Amino acid sequence: MSEVKFSKEHEWITVEGDVATVGITKHATEMLGDIVFAELPEKGSNVDKDGTAGVVESTKAASDVYTPVSGEVVDTNQAIVDDPSKINEDPEGSAWFFKLKLKDSSEMDSLMNKEEYDKFAKENAS
Amino acid sequence: MEIKKTSLNKLHQSNSAKFVEFAGYEMPIKYSKGIIEEHKFTRSHSGIFDVSHMGQLFIYGDESLTEKLEKIFPLDLKNLKQNCSKYSFLMNEDAGIYDDLIITKIEEGYLIILNAACKDKDFEILSNLLGAKFKMNLDNNRSLIAIQGPKSVEILNSIINGVDQLKFMTGNWFDSDNKKLFVTRSGYTGEDGFEISISNDKAEKFVENLIEKGAQLIGLGARDTLRLEAGLCLYGHELDINKTPVEANLKWAISKSRLSNGDFIGSKKIMNQMNDGASQIRVGIKPEGRLIAREKTKIFDDADKQIGEITSGTFGPSVNGPIAMGYINKEYSKVDTKILLEVRGKKHPAIVCGLPFYKKSYVKGVN
Repeated sequence: MSEVKFSKEHEWITVEGDVATVGITKHATEMLGDIVFAELPEKGSNVDKDGTAGVVESTKAASDVYTPVSGEVVDTNQAIVDDPSKINEDPEGSAWFFKLKLKDSSEMDSLMNKEEYDKFAKENAS
Repeated sequence: MEIKKTSLNKLHQSNSAKFVEFAGYEMPIKYSKGIIEEHKFTRSHSGIFDVSHMGQLFIYGDESLTEKLEKIFPLDLKNLKQNCSKYSFLMNEDAGIYDDLIITKIEEGYLIILNAACKDKDFEILSNLLGAKFKMNLDNNRSLIAIQGPKSVEILNSIINGVDQLKFMTGNWFDSDNKKLFVTRSGYTGEDGFEISISNDKAEKFVENLIEKGAQLIGLGARDTLRLEAGLCLYGHELDINKTPVEANLKWAISKSRLSNGDFIGSKKIMNQMNDGASQIRVGIKPEGRLIAREKTKIFDDADKQIGEITSGTFGPSVNGPIAMGYINKEYSKVDTKILLEVRGKKHPAIVCGLPFYKKSYVKGVN
């Protein structure tokens, strides 16, 4: 598995072969608070880099989930739809959002590594 | 304008509050445990809410004050006993709501609790209506603390002996630490609880004392989910200048004896709506599944006709599902009517339901 990369919209992504797994970061869940609703993209749909690919809602507000790379959605995590509190419990592990078949693996290059993201998140903490 | 702070601001900070601006005040939206934990703690134990941003308006006067106030509020104030509270509204001639409030008859006058965002305008309106004869004091020297939840009576009574004798919607002055506190048994969560008016310099120590006894600070986020589960209106959402008490389904708060003579501001509109019915009415709404329908979500029937709009919507931690309130055309307002909610461009099924979502456990009387 590749190194974990991060987007400015607070998604994380890992790649195995040509399939990427995407979720939202622990920092994102801390900003959102208690997550009570999750909506995921449809399996088989195509999503474009930086486009919306889902929604999460906390008790206070809704936030879009973006995809850091383009591709075809090959799997989604029904467990977080059934119990959205799992996203707060294990955001960067079992509570992944969707898996994509990568369209262009070079899109990964513009993303941040852990160190860069941690710095970014610290500077953009609200 | 500089943001205002309540006398508990430092205490909020030291309890890791996350702040938001609300009605010009820096207020805690939540503390470290988060909205759901805070909500559940209030339902099972005892939550402390800083509501010092709300207005505490003391008006002093003789019998003529009661007569004057009866021209303003749809209440039977002449027969209201001292230390008894009523929920009411400040309205314009069209029965549009300037504010919703709690009015308590006290010795030599009335205490009115007003919404933070409305209090200055309310003061102006009431001053104009009442004239210069009565002493009015929108008291900024007092804080207002609510304590809500099943353990609150025991906790508060251990600090202010005798509050356990108060009945729901009554209040009284109590002495504690050589200061006069006005305590009412009331609240905004659907739980038994109290609101305590206390001088600013004593507020922090008082709340620290409540925390020592096992109560916890709760932010405005959980205050909102608690009141929504209890089916209670929030001004600026369910209520505003374009809504009447009849439309808001708050007819119960209008005194029957006052309806027959009808000489209060807005009475004509209210009587017309009581006779003919309002075209839209406030209802409870339950979305199917886990979908959350926020404020301004449009409501449709199955023929694609818009029939209403959501005014508040969230996830209810105690009912463990999404809940909402909104205004809907009268013919769709029956419980169990199937409706559709447009969220992010798609229509989702929901049903009209009775309120509250969460059953109240107010204490009606002692034993």
